[in-house]
Amino acid sequence: MKKQYVLKKVLQSLVTIFFVIVFNYFLFRIMPGNPLSMIMRNPRASAEAIERTKELFGLGQPWYMQFFIYLGNLFEGDLGLSFIHKRPVIEVVWSRIMPTIIMVGLAQILSIVVGILMGVISAWKRGTKVDVIALSFSLITYSVPTFWLGIILIAIFSIGLRLFPTSGMLTPGRTFYNTLSMIRDYASHLFLPVLTLSLVLIGEYALTMRNTLLDVLTEDYMTTAKAKGFDDNYIIKKHAIPNAMLPMITLIAINMGLIIGGTIQVETIFSWPGLGRLMYEALNGRDYPLLQGIFLLITISVILANLIADITYSYLDPRVKS
Amino acid sequence: MSTIKKEMRKRKIDSFIKSYKTNKMGLIGGAILAFFIITSIFGPLIFPFNPMEFGQASNVLQPPSASHILGTDDLGRDVFRNLLAGGRVSLMVGILATIISMLLGTTIGLMSGFLGKKTDMILMRITDFFLVLPWLPLVLVLAAILGTSIWNIILVIGLTSWAGTARVVRSQTLSLKERPFIERVRAIGADDKTIIIRHILPNVFPLVFANTILVSAVAILSETTLSFLGLGDTTRASWGMMLHYAFQSGAASSGAYWYFLPPGICVVLVVLSFTFLGYAFDEILNPKLRRR
Repeated sequence: MKKQYVLKKVLQSLVTIFFVIVFNYFLFRIMPGNPLSMIMRNPRASAEAIERTKELFGLGQPWYMQFFIYLGNLFEGDLGLSFIHKRPVIEVVWSRIMPTIIMVGLAQILSIVVGILMGVISAWKRGTKVDVIALSFSLITYSVPTFWLGIILIAIFSIGLRLFPTSGMLTPGRTFYNTLSMIRDYASHLFLPVLTLSLVLIGEYALTMRNTLLDVLTEDYMTTAKAKGFDDNYIIKKHAIPNAMLPMITLIAINMGLIIGGTIQVETIFSWPGLGRLMYEALNGRDYPLLQGIFLLITISVILANLIADITYSYLDPRVKS
Repeated sequence: MSTIKKEMRKRKIDSFIKSYKTNKMGLIGGAILAFFIITSIFGPLIFPFNPMEFGQASNVLQPPSASHILGTDDLGRDVFRNLLAGGRVSLMVGILATIISMLLGTTIGLMSGFLGKKTDMILMRITDFFLVLPWLPLVLVLAAILGTSIWNIILVIGLTSWAGTARVVRSQTLSLKERPFIERVRAIGADDKTIIIRHILPNVFPLVFANTILVSAVAILSETTLSFLGLGDTTRASWGMMLHYAFQSGAASSGAYWYFLPPGICVVLVVLSFTFLGYAFDEILNPKLRRR
């Protein structure tokens, strides 16, 4: 049963990935004319890039052949040549992955821990001042544009208090005599981006945790537990929270879109040299091959994240059947 | 319309107004939104603003004063006037994009739920596809390809935000379709079109309404983010464009708070007011969905 369910989900994801590839392919060709006309108009495109694009798209061949050529190149990891960087897209993208993983990873851990805690307290103290404050916090952080929050934090912590640098990953031109001083410099650059992204995510996690916990509290087995004479503290810890944690797994996957959106903005504001910043650079340089490559990578990772969440969920919650 | 129906509708509206009046969140949201709608309609008439008209070099990035109550920007333009004009653009984008999204989402949801079978399968696959695609990158890529006029931005936001509405409408349609009153209407001889428009749509509408208001919040945030990231319409002075110029000119590092704070605060307030209204209407109109 379980195997069937997993297989079905994997197949579904593969189909979606295929659609994404098709979508991605046509998206960048909906401009009138061929891909070349789009690239020729870009003053940054070098002769080499134009030649490579011709080759990559198999121009001159019928459209379905062009699509298969694109597909074939894709499977070999060939995403074309970036206009700005004059290097293969795959290389450029690869070099920017690590900073994003570190930044987003830290922000995720921080916001999940704080968000869940806040959600539990909120549900536990429902209707009190603490709950109202937590709810307002969640609603306000939802309404604040991420990049603007970043600007405010820069104005306060970097310009006003001079506690953290405004941008970059390491202080430029500085020589480090030991690893520790380098890590310290790195961490001080990392602090504000992680804080900004976390603030945006905490509210989302807190709100969901609160609502699922409140849903769980009305289940019959909670009444049963109460009837058995367990005290409230025990019931919340042993019965309610474990059950409320389940939907959080799905939320982490659903939140991928939100996280990616936030990352693009945060990295842009703080010049954090990750994928989000790269996307911003690609957008403003109208570097279409690079943009296409990043978009493909992002969408495929979102689909995979959803798949992993679905499978994990099915193993944790025995009620999920095929 | 028969008198009974008229009476029923009137009663419904009366009870809606009654519950709205006691809903704190809804009242606050409504008041904030009304304030911004009024200022965006009349503000630019009283204090006109031309984004292409730059001030003198001596008048650049001036802090608030009697002649410029919110100071001037890096091109010597009056921030307060820009703010009023910006509200008009941002609200317009939000409302028009929402209308596109609502029409698409409702139509697809109704068709999917009512027609079922293959139509349902295909439409729901497309919906899932749009739900799974990460929203901001999609919007950014579409805007970059289509070009950055305000109409393209509205179109892009509308075309990418309907999936949630379609889902909600579909599930509601599915449950309505099985209700006895639909069967009764069908027995009298009503065709599909009549059933959908006269009987299903009015019952789905409250749900769409609450959902739509939440979409408006997303649409306004999208326009702000798009403009900020350099994909905005440079000929329109939206709040997002203000923030874009503020950041580009280094307003944060030069301490020009009067330049980068007001547009951001306005965006937050408007988005918050839509969110409040959305939650309030959801509570009033869909008591079954109410989370305690």
